[in-house]
Amino acid sequence: MSFRRLGAIMLKELRQMRRDRITLAMIVGIPVMQLVLFGYAINFTLRDLDTAVADQAGTAGSRALVMDLQNTGVLRPVRDASSPQELMTMLRRGEISVGVVVPPDFERRRVDGREAVQILVDGSDTAVQGAAAQLAQAPLDSAQYKKAPPPQISVVGFYNPERRSAINIVPGLIGIILTMTMVMFTAVSLVRERERGNMELLIATPVSSSELMIGKVLPFAAIGLIQTTLVLLLGAWLFEVPVRGALFDVYIAAVLLILANLTLGLMISTKAQSQFQAMQMTFFVFLPSILLSGFMFPFAGMPKIIQWVAEVLPLTHFLRLIRGIMLRGASIAELWPEVLALVAFTTVMMTAAILRFRKRLD
Amino acid sequence: MNEQLAIRARGLTKRFKDLVAVDHVDLSVPKANVYGFLGPNGSGKTTTIRMLCGLMTPTEGEIEVLGLQLPKEAEALRRRIGYMTQKFSLFEDLSVRENLEFLAAVQDIPRAKARTRIDELIERYHFQDRQKQLAGTMSGGQKQRLALAGAVIHSPELLFLDEPTSAVDPESRRDFWEKLFELADAGTTILVSTHYMDEAERCHRLAILDRGVLVADGSPAELTGAIAGRTLAVHSNTPRRARRALMEVPGVISAAQVGNTLRVLTSENGGIIDRLSKVLTDAGLHGEIALAEPNLEDVFVSATRGKQPEQEAA
Repeated sequence: MSFRRLGAIMLKELRQMRRDRITLAMIVGIPVMQLVLFGYAINFTLRDLDTAVADQAGTAGSRALVMDLQNTGVLRPVRDASSPQELMTMLRRGEISVGVVVPPDFERRRVDGREAVQILVDGSDTAVQGAAAQLAQAPLDSAQYKKAPPPQISVVGFYNPERRSAINIVPGLIGIILTMTMVMFTAVSLVRERERGNMELLIATPVSSSELMIGKVLPFAAIGLIQTTLVLLLGAWLFEVPVRGALFDVYIAAVLLILANLTLGLMISTKAQSQFQAMQMTFFVFLPSILLSGFMFPFAGMPKIIQWVAEVLPLTHFLRLIRGIMLRGASIAELWPEVLALVAFTTVMMTAAILRFRKRLD
Repeated sequence: MNEQLAIRARGLTKRFKDLVAVDHVDLSVPKANVYGFLGPNGSGKTTTIRMLCGLMTPTEGEIEVLGLQLPKEAEALRRRIGYMTQKFSLFEDLSVRENLEFLAAVQDIPRAKARTRIDELIERYHFQDRQKQLAGTMSGGQKQRLALAGAVIHSPELLFLDEPTSAVDPESRRDFWEKLFELADAGTTILVSTHYMDEAERCHRLAILDRGVLVADGSPAELTGAIAGRTLAVHSNTPRRARRALMEVPGVISAAQVGNTLRVLTSENGGIIDRLSKVLTDAGLHGEIALAEPNLEDVFVSATRGKQPEQEAA
């Protein structure tokens, strides 16, 4: 690896970018346009939300109530907890979407007609919050309620109490924009070089495959960070979207997604024969990313097989990261499985792209 | 390997599925020579050049370039060769100077040295007033000059040029060839492909390729000498009818009309003149037949069509 050659490629990319008006317009235009367009709510009914229950009463009545809540189909218990504090931690880490608290004085509260059960909801996903809200009106018709009145259930939404959809959408939008632009820019830029014949010149020089790939990717990574900043600023200004976690963590998450997407773009470029094909392949990745990542439709509502497909998409992991950091105030370390997934994706793609890229014409 | 040879290839073959693009070509290119590749489009010139600079792997055959075995040592070879592609392959959206700066860097020329080298090239190739002009906005001749400057920026020992003048006006072509001879004088070996006869004529040595097969090679004088006595000039006042009659005669490879004269290429020397006179007389045509000086075009035609005279009817 020669830094002189690497630097030369990066400088060339930046100089070419500066003269490419359309790309320049896209760098700024796409984030602004999307941010404004997606300022609308999308709500869906949900089933099988990951749930943990802290049943501090432990009575027959409380167990029956938890069963009834489960029978609504909205909740799916995955964890047990002993205290509301533990539920909060799980919620913040993204391990669960809903926490059910049955207080020790459940029976007395029920007889008194006070609120006897509390449901904690991860409001960083408005769809989840909406689904959980319905639990308060759930038809709890077990035989036991003939003797005593059904318990009052209160739903407490965390992280987005007013249920504003912009709060939920803006962090995800960073991911959408980075997925769209980063994959396409790299894929197209390498293929364009092949189409124009520049590649034949490049491979006849001592430039190595990795210098070429990395030199292409780094300038785009810088652009991705500019776009991230743009969305954060506009989001704060137009929709008062908060950053509850560390800003540094937000950027780390962005860098992880940028690199994953850039390497994916490189991979596409080694397959595509023309710029048009590179665009088509980009959309082949982009559509499932939008639809399956949990940005547009809630992840929990998808069939198992589709969920597995979604797990392969970088955007899915980024969404969990960015919602955790920006809305739930989680630290990136708490969300390590998503970090790991993105790093793994990047490593595999980069290796594959460099291996596939041959300094030959046949 | 012979110290005097820059390139030696034996049995060089490239197949693309069913198509044999290059078929068992043997080549010996002496150092500090301008070596020409003459052949029509699709004759395998580009594929051969790509194999010789290590950009393509031969299906069969051995290549030794500057003492390096290809394709094994292709990476080491890249620092010692320059390659100018058929299509303009510098960056159209970079300026003249930016393109040269980029190439200097990827060729590992140290920064300080790169500056003086670029200044030198800009002066020698007459880009003083165009340093900031984008390469894409220049004329065909200017682009070729820039591409040549880029290909020699690291002072390669061996330079490959793939039809460098195909999109260039005659004036620029002459200038371009002047530059090539300057480089050859300085000790650079140059392998250049072309389909212009006048350019082929200027090469020290040349190889004629036809449908992937090497059909002739040698110096232009050797090549024309080898067909001495086989080219005739037929003066006739009815050249088109005379041509039709002559093409029927076995041993006539081609008859091309130049004004009122027919330039006839035959496969045997001497004796055929009497037979041709008789054919013309029998056909009731008038014609004077004389020997003509053979040129490279005759060599080319005899090498590429001589084997299949039946195609001439088409």
